[in-house]
This record gives sequence, structure tokens and C-alpha cells, in this order.
Amino acid sequence: MRKSIISALIAGLSLTGIVQAADLTIYSGRGESFVAPLVQQFEQNTGLKVTVRYGDTAQLASLILEEGQRSPADIYWGQDAGAMGSLAYAGVLAELPESLFTDIPEIFSSQNRQWVATSGRSRVLVHSTERVDQSEMPSSVFDLTDEKYKGRVGWAPTNGGFQAFVTAMRVTHGEETTEQWLRDMAANQPVVFRNNTTIVEGVGNGDADFGLVNNYYLPRFIARNADFPARQTFFANGDIGNLLNVAGVGILERSNNQEAALKFVEFLVSPAAQQYFTSVVNEHPISNQVIANPVLGNTDTLLGASPEVNLDDLYDLPGTLELLRKVGLI
Amino acid sequence: MLRRTPPWYLLLPALLAGFVMLVPLYYLGLRAFSIDLPSIANLLVRPRTLMLLSNTFKLSLGVMALTTLIALPLAWLFSYSQLRHHRWLLLLCVMPLAIPGYVMAYAILGLSGQFGFFAQMFGTPLARINGYWGAVLALSLYTFPYLLLNLRATFLGYDHSQDEAARSLGRSGLSIFLRLKLPHLLPAFLAGQLVIVLYTIGDFGAVALMRYEAFSYAIFTSSFDRTYAAWLSLVLISITVFLLLGEYLLLRNRFFAKVGSGLSKEPPLVTLGWAMIPAATFVALVLLAAIGLPLLIIFYWLGLSPPEWSQLMMVPKTFWQSAQAAVPAAALAALFALPVAYLSVRYPSWHSQLLERLSYIGYTLPPLTLALAMVFFSIRTPFYQSLFILILTWAMAGMALAIGPIRTSLLQSRINIEEASHALGHSNFTTFVRVVLPNIRRSILAGFALVLVLCMKELPIATLLAPSGYHTLAVRVFTFTVEGQLAEAAPYALAIILFSSMFIGLILAHEDKSSTR
Repeated sequence: MRKSIISALIAGLSLTGIVQAADLTIYSGRGESFVAPLVQQFEQNTGLKVTVRYGDTAQLASLILEEGQRSPADIYWGQDAGAMGSLAYAGVLAELPESLFTDIPEIFSSQNRQWVATSGRSRVLVHSTERVDQSEMPSSVFDLTDEKYKGRVGWAPTNGGFQAFVTAMRVTHGEETTEQWLRDMAANQPVVFRNNTTIVEGVGNGDADFGLVNNYYLPRFIARNADFPARQTFFANGDIGNLLNVAGVGILERSNNQEAALKFVEFLVSPAAQQYFTSVVNEHPISNQVIANPVLGNTDTLLGASPEVNLDDLYDLPGTLELLRKVGLI
Repeated sequence: MLRRTPPWYLLLPALLAGFVMLVPLYYLGLRAFSIDLPSIANLLVRPRTLMLLSNTFKLSLGVMALTTLIALPLAWLFSYSQLRHHRWLLLLCVMPLAIPGYVMAYAILGLSGQFGFFAQMFGTPLARINGYWGAVLALSLYTFPYLLLNLRATFLGYDHSQDEAARSLGRSGLSIFLRLKLPHLLPAFLAGQLVIVLYTIGDFGAVALMRYEAFSYAIFTSSFDRTYAAWLSLVLISITVFLLLGEYLLLRNRFFAKVGSGLSKEPPLVTLGWAMIPAATFVALVLLAAIGLPLLIIFYWLGLSPPEWSQLMMVPKTFWQSAQAAVPAAALAALFALPVAYLSVRYPSWHSQLLERLSYIGYTLPPLTLALAMVFFSIRTPFYQSLFILILTWAMAGMALAIGPIRTSLLQSRINIEEASHALGHSNFTTFVRVVLPNIRRSILAGFALVLVLCMKELPIATLLAPSGYHTLAVRVFTFTVEGQLAEAAPYALAIILFSSMFIGLILAHEDKSSTR
């Protein structure tokens, strides 16, 4: 028996010598089912070999920071602007060529040019169709501190999407207003969730009547079951509660495969990939050369509803974490 | 007596294992003290820390109570009663170990609520099970087999001639149970509970989904703030130190092996009679909750949108990648657990005790912290993100699990057989290989299986340390569920459970060969 264990061990160790040769290594906070088809297409188009490490957006960003100059990653593809911003803030991303940004609406572009949005998702208010009356709809995210929403609003203070939204609120309305809002919300007995999926699921199942989420989770629940008892809506035009957040991609400064990496980034912002994000992933395209997805509504509504926030300013995640900690939410 | 200094071929690997366990501690210290004292105080001295501590404490107590309620009666039934089909039932009762925490949590969550499985199937919603009770239930349902296995091993290894001796000396049945059996159960009970509680305080999957803010939850969600995460991890480690110290003090100066000569006496089997009905109901209930529920949910997911054939074809390949790292990791863990456990039992001193307790560091650290620590070190070597580092880190995370059964088995085997071997002129080494190893081989295999099952469902270490493009089954489950694609995740979750069960089956089959039960 010992013999078999030892031989298994040796067999295992001998395998460690195998290192997969890749032209491009991507750390992806986005799920495999959405990324893999694009990567496959890219490999076919270019003949380059791509390997992808999948994981949680924040965990992979931590990984890159821990790896530092020795990181084997060429590309980081994150779920939210906050994660992108913090990598840019840490100085590990390379500057992208200006040509990449020419056809992209200002709202989707990063002004520091260290990363580019691959698709957009807006913050929306998801609500139960069973327990919420149309007259109860708030016009601003600031209304949610009202007595009538006590114990009814679901949120996820530890979630990246939510934290990006808080960062945007700090940037737009200032530290004091944001802290007051967080305190008032916390006092209004919100229902605390882990992430967007569980909020949407919880609103459907009666844990909360409203939820602060990203726009693309509910369509997935509805696609599976049209009777899912929840719908979503924007706050009034320009409200910070409608923040347009993005998934983004950046190239690591220390990557030895800058050229191949840039090809991949260009591929992601190309109309073909953008059509995929719109039609399959239910996210807002950053290019207007695609056929619109009826579930998402048209781009004009989106641009009208979205508050004007510079995505570059969303980098200050540490400041938001500090505030959330001060208020006692994380 | 054995020689006072342990032989080098045991000491060296044990020291190596202890040293490797210190590696993550060094990293944590480095991160934790990267800021000045006032900032540290700001970070830690606040009501939230206290809340997290008390939540973690409450959670541990709840899980301890519930797992004892489940495992103690089961262990008794499987050891002493004439329960029918007990082999199959035992296998099924250990199977929950294979269920990943996040799957168990999804199962319990998916059952309840106004739009849950129950409501869809039967028309009335089931009350929501989440928060504290949800976390206690989910954690208990997949950790109780640790206690069951430990308790059963003690029941089976227990020498019943002691009972007869006590009876002949006029002791009553109750007094025998309280004064003789219960103290004998203590090491197994503590070993089992230690593993369960340390799992509980380091668990993230179930606790996060149940939305119960315990310590590990805060560590995983501290995102980019590595200093805060390091401090939280250090607090966690100090909790572990207290627990280990407590166990040591409770077990000090107790002897569990029989001293005299003669064969161990097999227990008389109890005929259950009418009590068979409540006993069978109890076993059925536990199985329904711990195995039936997750399987039901997985098949329900599969039914939502049956996966395409091409997707299913990916499962065997992913499975192979998982096993390729998990099997050597489990072997490595068992291999190093052996000398560590042997030294701690046969050469008891504070040195050997410390070495054994060190091995709990890898197990108790939240996997994300352990993984980042290993990133920090391995990136400076050519082995970064190689299979070797993944195997090593998994072995570190699981080694404590392998020590438990080996230690229990050594405690119950008599030292005078080894002394007799020495008296017959055999060297330490020959005695170890020819006398000690055959005696405890069951427990080594059991330890191997426990680590294997843990690795098969492990997530953060695989995410950060596996070679790029190398996907384990658990990583695939995560990468689908994170985008809400539960149906696509289902075949991979099923593969984890099936494969791990096969191994549990092998262990139990092996165990039965050398025992009548």
C-alpha cells in the first residue's frame, strides 16, 4: 500500500515539469462560459495560443498584486471598474494606444488609457412584482432611506459592483453625503446579501422587496423562467443609483507579449465581440455598430439615465472600503 | 522503553512538515506589520471585530452541537447494533464529506423561499433557512462524518473485556458507560470536533451564501486590503492556538491502550427490536438531508436546461485534472502525517506536541490566505503555478485531517508489541515497518481519503495556484455559478461527489476486510 502511494506521488511529481507554452495568459474574473467562446474565436482568427485562469475578480486582482513584477499574466479582465482602477492605481497596467478609443463613447472610456471597457452594466433597482406597488417606486437611490422602505431593501456591501457604486457616490456627492446615506441605509434595516445573483434570487423568494443590483442578472433568471416574480427599473435620469459600471480589460506593464495582448484587447472591442456581449451576455455594448438587445432597452435610454461619472475616479476602492468599515458595513 | 530520541527517518520528515507550516505564518507577519501601530489599532479595535468574533464563536458552538447529535447515535448504530445493510448505509453517511460547501448551501437555499424548489413542486413555500441557522445546518450536514468516522473507529477498537471486568467488579451499565466508555471516546470526540470547528472557522462557501458574517467571510471579502486580511487571519490563528491548547490539556496524562495481554474482545451486537423503527428513521432523515438534498438540487439544475453532449465531454478531462493533483496531495499529506503523529504519540514531549499542532496551521488558515502566502514564496522559484506547488499547498491544507485517524489508531495500539519486537532484536526501523505500519495501515488509508475528498472540492487554492489553463472540477463549478449558470455547473458538482464517494467506498471496504463489522 505504501508502495502504491509512493508511486502515485512520484507520478504526480514527474508531471510538474510540464509547463504549457502559451502566447498569451489571461486572468479572467469573468466566467468561463462567456469568455471561452470568445477566446476560441480569437485563437482561430490569429493562430495564437491563449490560456485563461478563471477566478473571482477581486481574488485575481490580489493575485496580480501579490505576484508583482513576476506575474505570468499578460492580460487582466475584471468584472468591474473598481478592480480595474485599483490595478491601474497600483501601477501594474500598461498604457493603451490612443487609436483604440476613437470609436468608443466617452462614457465607456477610461481617461487614463490604462484599460478599456469591454461591456457596460448599469446599476438598477430590482423589485418584486408581488410585494411592490408602482406608487412605491423611489425616484432616487437617496429615497431608500425613507421609513417606508424599512427592512425591504437588499444590498451587498461586500460586492465589487456595489463598492464601485459607493465610490461613484463619494466622487459625485462627496464623502459626508455618502457616509450619511450609508448610515441612514444601515439604520433602515437593509437585507444584506453576498452578491447580485443572491439579491435577485432573494427578491424573487421574498427575502427583500427591492434590491440594488447590476442590470444583467435578472434577465438570466427571466430567461430561465418568464414567471420569475421580479422586474427592474432605473431611478430618475442622472441619479447616481443608475451608475454605468463596466467590465474592463488591461494589459500588464511587465508582459513580454504586448503585441499579442493588444490584439486580444482590440478583438474584445471589435463589433463581433460586442455583438456577443449584447446578445448573449445581456450587457450594454460599448460600440454602436451592433444590433441592439431588446431586453436591455436602447442605448439612448441608457445614456440618458446614466449619471456622468469619470470611470477613472472609481479607482479609489481603498477609500470606499475605509468608509464602509467606518460605518461598520464590512 | 523506546529510546528517548526518535530515529532520524521519523524526526526529519516531521521537522520538515513543521517548518513548511511556518512558511505562511512568516508571510502573514510580513503583511500584518507593513503598517504602523496606530493603523493596526484602527483596523482591529472596533465593534465589528468583536461582532465577527462572537459570530464565529456562536457558529462553532452550533455546529459542534448539531454534529454531535447526528454523529454520536450514528456511530453507535454502526458499531453495536444489528442494523441491516450497515455497510451501504455507512458509505452513504460518510458521503456528505464529498459535498462542496457552496453546493450544500445552494441546496438548502434553493429548497426554500417563495420561488424555491419546494414552492415550485408542492405549491407552498418553505420558510427561508439562512443566516445563522442556515450556516449551522449547511456546515453540520457536510462535516458530521469527520466525527462519525472518529467515533466509530474508537467504538470498533474498544476492548470489551474491560466492560466485562468492570461488570464483574460490580459496576452498573450506566456507570460503565460514564466512567469507562465516555473517557475512551474523548480523544476521538475531540479529534473529530477539532477538525469540524477548525473547518467551520475557516469556511467561506457556505457561510457566505447563508449571509452569516463570521471571520472567514470578512477575510474573503476584504478584497485588495491584504494587511487587513492578514490581521484577521492572525486572529483566526490565535483562536486555533487556544483550541489546540485546550485539547492538549484535556487529553494530558490519559492512557487509552489496554495494558494486559489477551485478545481484544469483539462487542456483542445489540438486537434493536422495536427500536429499529426510530433508528432507521433517524438514519433515513440524516441521509435525506445530507445526501438527498444536494443530489436533488443538482438534478433539478440539470433538468432546467440539460447540458449539451459537447459540454458533458469536458467533464472527464476536468475530472482527470482534479485527480492528478488531488491524489498526490493526499498521498503527500498522509506520508508526512505518519511521522508527525507517531512522534507525538510515542515520544510525547512538548517538542513533538508542538510539531503536531503546527500541522493545523495549514488546515485552519482560510484557503485564500494560504494560497496568497504560497504565491508570495513560490513566485520566487521556478515552480510557480506548477502542479507541484498546488499539490504541496493542498497537502498543507489537508495534513491535519490525515493526522487524526493515525493518532487515534496509535493511541489504541499497544506499545509493548513494539517493545517485544525490540526485545527480539529488531531494530527501530524494522519494528516500524513490520510491526507499526501493518497495525495502523487502515488509518493511514483513511487519512489519505479524507485529504483527497477535501482537495477534490477545494476552490481558492486551485484558483490561484493551479497551472494556468488547468481547471479542477471545483473551479468549473465556481466559474459557472458565478454567472448564475447553475445547470452548466451541475455535471461538475456531480462528478466531485461521485468520485469522492468512490474513494470513501474503497476505504470502508478495506476497513471491513480487517474487521467483522
